[in-house]
Amino acid sequence: MIATGQTLKSSEEIMGRSLWADARHRLLKNRAAVAGMIILGLVALLAVLAPLLSPFAYDEVNYDIIACAPSWWPVEAACRAPGHIFGTDAVGRDLFVRVLFGARVSLAVGLVATLVSLLIGVLYGATAGYLGGRIDGLMMRIVDVLYSLPFIFFVIILMVIFDRNFILLFVAIGAVEWLTMARIVRGQTLSIKQKEFIEAARAGGVSPFGIILRHVIPNVVGPVMVYVTLTVPGVILTESFLSFLGLGIQEPLTSWGVLISDGADQMETAPWMLLFPALFMAVTLFCFNFIGDGLRDALDPKDR
Amino acid sequence: MTPLLEITNLNVRFDTADGTVEAVKNASLVIRESECLGVVGESGSGKSQLFLAAFGLVAANGKVSGSVRYRGEEILGASPKQLNGLRGGAVTMIFQDPLTSLTPHMRVGDQIIEALTIHRRVPRAEARGQARAILDYVRIPESARRMRQYPHELSGGMRQRVMIAMATITGPDLIIADEPTTALDVTVQAQILEILRALKTDRKTAIAMISHDMGVIAGLADRVQVMRDGEIVESGTADDVFYAPKDSYTRMLLAAIPKASEPPPPVTAVGAPLLTVDDLKVTFPVKSGLFAKTQKLRAVDGVSFVLHQGETLGVVGESGCGKSTLARAVLKLAPQTGGRVVWLGRDLDAATQSDLRALREDFQIVFQDPLASLDPRMPVGQSIAEPLKALEPGLSRESVREKVRSSMARVGLDPSWINRYPHELSGGQNQRVGLARAMIVGPKMLVCDEAVSALDVTIQAQIVELIRTLQAETGLSLIFISHDLSVVRRLSHRVMVLYLGRVVELAPAAALYGDPRHPYTRALLSAVLTPDPRVERAKKRELLTGDLPSPLDPKAQLTFLKSRLNTPDYRPRLDEVTPGHFVAEHD
Repeated sequence: MIATGQTLKSSEEIMGRSLWADARHRLLKNRAAVAGMIILGLVALLAVLAPLLSPFAYDEVNYDIIACAPSWWPVEAACRAPGHIFGTDAVGRDLFVRVLFGARVSLAVGLVATLVSLLIGVLYGATAGYLGGRIDGLMMRIVDVLYSLPFIFFVIILMVIFDRNFILLFVAIGAVEWLTMARIVRGQTLSIKQKEFIEAARAGGVSPFGIILRHVIPNVVGPVMVYVTLTVPGVILTESFLSFLGLGIQEPLTSWGVLISDGADQMETAPWMLLFPALFMAVTLFCFNFIGDGLRDALDPKDR
Repeated sequence: MTPLLEITNLNVRFDTADGTVEAVKNASLVIRESECLGVVGESGSGKSQLFLAAFGLVAANGKVSGSVRYRGEEILGASPKQLNGLRGGAVTMIFQDPLTSLTPHMRVGDQIIEALTIHRRVPRAEARGQARAILDYVRIPESARRMRQYPHELSGGMRQRVMIAMATITGPDLIIADEPTTALDVTVQAQILEILRALKTDRKTAIAMISHDMGVIAGLADRVQVMRDGEIVESGTADDVFYAPKDSYTRMLLAAIPKASEPPPPVTAVGAPLLTVDDLKVTFPVKSGLFAKTQKLRAVDGVSFVLHQGETLGVVGESGCGKSTLARAVLKLAPQTGGRVVWLGRDLDAATQSDLRALREDFQIVFQDPLASLDPRMPVGQSIAEPLKALEPGLSRESVREKVRSSMARVGLDPSWINRYPHELSGGQNQRVGLARAMIVGPKMLVCDEAVSALDVTIQAQIVELIRTLQAETGLSLIFISHDLSVVRRLSHRVMVLYLGRVVELAPAAALYGDPRHPYTRALLSAVLTPDPRVERAKKRELLTGDLPSPLDPKAQLTFLKSRLNTPDYRPRLDEVTPGHFVAEHD
């Protein structure tokens, strides 16, 4: 017997190195993922600080400088708007501040819709997988039915019934994204359920819900986190697609999708209107994908 | 004469994220023609890496240095083409897990033929004939039919025979057998060792036998090398190493092995009956195809026994005999289909889910795989605290913590490790965590389901000792389940032998080991290996032939009662031959 005589103070306890700490360590050694996180952080910071960074408001119309190039634009342009570093749009609003406001909306849609899908999907999938049997069958058939609804049709109907609004966009995207999440979590849960530590918890008298919360979910978080980082860009793309169709955000608010859609109309006369929002969006999506790749490698170093 | 294989000063290092690991340090050995060299060591001693590295099979992050000569010719650093000519031809290997070593989508026969056509350029038709002959040689019944089967259709023992057949068909000079019997049951292990012994005597094949089990080495090896932490600590003839070990580690290894002569624990004053199991049955529905009729797999088929206060009941049987299912059914972790489990006069069937949860304070379980039975994302202290939190929710955080610490100290763990994670501890330490978790609620009965099987012998001995101490301190009753008869003998007052879900013999330990009555018990006992070369060489074995019959086969129960085969539903009766010694009917 070791150390039975004296009681050790908690400060003397050895802190273990958890699997999370290991994964974090590996993630931080992955250059692409770290670069992705830094750039993404910068984009997010710019979006948050947008009103402070520009003297112009996002809805400030100026008919004197319609579709003017920034003063540094290297190619010949019909007019130039000094002070507007990204130029102006078709009604003379500052493009820089609009891109940043678009980032706010796009990132918010991406994150909120993903979080919604995460919450529903993880609980739903873990419950179905852990309980198994008929309940599992029933719950997953519901998922199948929802899967088979045509998404665009579903969104159009929602927009028609409830009128276009911002919240509805979250609901519509979240309602579709959680399905895949639930399936992934269910599959993971089925394999974790077979592990002996689950049986050990049952033998220790832990309730089924306790097991799901304490043992199943923490052990599915890995694959789920990877999926989340790949869902966010998917959602951002979906939002821009809806906006492109005119089903998304309404003026004067904007999103990257709306900006790209507008910019595409004027691609030949005012290319900066397409270039800047598209660049921001592409960089952001890249960052998310790099982080997702890094996370996968970090959480599952054996599968590399 | 140049030796067959000469390894000199071999070093193997791995560059990992956590630094450099020296798997093999300066190892030298010699294998002569038609000689068997036993390489013994515990897990992580580098015994497998030594041979993998010698034949260029080490993982990509490994660096190998030293010299390996095959028939006097240097092969370390030889081109893959040269090595491929050697490997699988003149030098072949048998690994521990035959399922992962066979290609799942190829018929067994084709895989054997492939070895021959590649290495010996034998025409296919002729190769087929040779393959059949070799399957007969490794005693695979109905070899023609087996050749058309896929690996998953064969049992573990059969698959290992196929591996041996593949390894012998090219007529190699040297077979490297890496833990070839570790994943197999004792009776099957005895059969496989018999085949290897025949290879050595009839075919004059040299064998490098790598094993953690001194018993496996004892019967087969001419010379023995003992490895520890990548170094060879002792080498000599089998007799020298076993009877006059020089190194302290070898002595420790030998001392840790349970001896057959060791007396079973004294029968203490056994208290009142704690648990009564009456005609317990567990069946699982099995469907073999989409439209096939559902069959009943009788995992536990009418088992009855009584467990008294402070007593240890050993449960012995081979894989698939239902011993784990029995444990789970008794603990209500698996649903029973018939019979009764009575705990202190209370029928557990009638208990509601919440009653049952409260009763869990009385009976706990320790599992086989220490790492798998702990949540990898939880510090061990939390895992230990879990039953306490679930069963006594009123406890304050401070008292839970105190109890966890004292429970850890009791199983010999440093309480300051409370925040460590399972992957930071060794197998033995993790098993102590498992024990601490089971003991924290102060159970009256503990079920150990193969609790020491996954551990190295020296650790195994420590854990067995710990379980004994805990029992002496608390008057705990134990159900100790294992496939290893010698470990069971160390702990049990009474022993129950299971065969395909039924009891074939139940007797006080001394009677069962001293005077086994049932032919199956006798076969099991004779298959147990002793770490004593002279005994092993002289031993006349009562080998069971063939495989364990499928539990789906209704006639399987009558394997030892052939005279009743015309009444397939008949179940052998248990007779009390002497007081307390029950034996199933047999011919």
